[in-house]
Amino acid sequence: MTTDNNSLTPEKVPPIYPVKTKMQVTIIFFVVLGIYLLSMFWTQRQMAGGFSGAIGNMFTVIEKFFPPNTAVISAIWGPMVETIQMAIIATTIAAILTVPLAILAAENITTFRPLYILTRTFLNILRTIPDLVLAVIFVGLFGIGLFPGILALVIFSLGILAKLISETIESVDMNPLEAMRASGGNVFQVIWYALIPQVLPQFTSLVLYVFEINIRASVVLGLVGAGGIGLILNQQLGFYNYPNAMMIIILIFIVVIVIEYISTKIREALL
Amino acid sequence: MENYSLPPKPKNSVYKKIRNIIISLLVIAMYVWTFVSINIDWGRAIERAINNFNRVIPRLFNPDWSATGDVAMSMLETVFIAFAGSLMAAVIAVPLSFLAARNMMGGVIVSTIGKWILSAVRAFPDIILAILFVVAVGPNAFAGVLAIAIGSTGMLGKMFAEIIESIDMNVVEAMEASGANKIQILFYGVIPQITPEFLSYAIYRFEVDIRASSILGIVGAGGIGTMIIFASNNRNWNEMGTILLAIIIVVTIIDFASAKIRRKIV
Repeated sequence: MTTDNNSLTPEKVPPIYPVKTKMQVTIIFFVVLGIYLLSMFWTQRQMAGGFSGAIGNMFTVIEKFFPPNTAVISAIWGPMVETIQMAIIATTIAAILTVPLAILAAENITTFRPLYILTRTFLNILRTIPDLVLAVIFVGLFGIGLFPGILALVIFSLGILAKLISETIESVDMNPLEAMRASGGNVFQVIWYALIPQVLPQFTSLVLYVFEINIRASVVLGLVGAGGIGLILNQQLGFYNYPNAMMIIILIFIVVIVIEYISTKIREALL
Repeated sequence: MENYSLPPKPKNSVYKKIRNIIISLLVIAMYVWTFVSINIDWGRAIERAINNFNRVIPRLFNPDWSATGDVAMSMLETVFIAFAGSLMAAVIAVPLSFLAARNMMGGVIVSTIGKWILSAVRAFPDIILAILFVVAVGPNAFAGVLAIAIGSTGMLGKMFAEIIESIDMNVVEAMEASGANKIQILFYGVIPQITPEFLSYAIYRFEVDIRASSILGIVGAGGIGTMIIFASNNRNWNEMGTILLAIIIVVTIIDFASAKIRRKIV
């Protein structure tokens, strides 16, 4: 490289990307490709016919789902509403529970370091557990029904919400808080008068965002017996009643899109 | 002595007041509706919980170490599903994102259609896609790969399109002015700008997909979810403890590694 710098003759133009970078990128590319081929091989090893057979088969099977049976819509409307209600209740409870947790997990408010680290670690572990696994455990504990589903949603969304809100809290303007403290406000006064007004719009927006996540999660909780429309979907699939299942899937699709649309509009208006 | 007084309070407009009242009424109505019409059998749930508590909770925290080998193999399969799925999604999402980005393919119509396709894909929960693919290609891990691939395409395509829309168009214009053709602009003007963020989002999505693929087995699409459903059907809560531990460890490691790599790239 030193010789290149000394004599920049036209025929010895240094390459745009250094050779070392090129080597690194090539190695990473082949490693990624290697793992990909291994994964493809691994995931298809129990499959008869392999990839091409599966894709060919796919279209013949997908035909069984059509046309969806529109007659079942009145029968599945009740469970669908129940599913939405599960998400509403779970989001509300999570939004209330998240406030102390988020404050404890914010570095700039919780100045007592061990407590902050403890809360953060707890939230990180909470977030690694998938919602359906929580639902499986709670169904084992409370039996089949709506309650284990709501509980699973609360715990699942608590992890996400507390993390997002603690990050919002960490990014607030600290000057009002210091001013409050300097003029003698105690911890609760500082939080109530200086912190909450600053984070309230983001808080509402994030709660709505988590509500969207909960709607998506709640429609499938029934697959493991935790109430809602997923339960019906699972039954219909079990009976190989594909047109009915397709109708349920379409209804889920419509509800998710409508709720996401409304929630996005509200969030845009908020921020 | 000057007379200090507070500045006058800002007046709320009538429109705003009415709007706030309507919003609060709607929210109250929603809650009344929810809590009145939902029926939870509290008595039964509490009774069951008291009966089951000792059979479930202590055993969850007492993992069955003899199942470690099986759990590790299933977890490996989960990681493979997530990897293959998110890589496929990352590749499929690139052309779709160019279609959906407003500053690339020209027309607003094309971009709107592209965005509609992407949001339609995003509306399906992963596990519903997995159900469809299990019916289509049979109950195996490859159904999981396809579900993850399609599910992630929606989100990645949207993110990629936003990245493309945020690039510095001056570079592209300068290249156009100096006579570069479309392919040259793509390779020297656009791709260098988007690559780091594309990679970063693809790796982030891999993180999300690990979580998603760990439950796909519940509907038969391979991975550790298969063991979850067996353990729960057999009431084998010790094994469930092992599975839970495996998920927590693997997800934590991958989150950590992914955060490190992403910080290096961007």
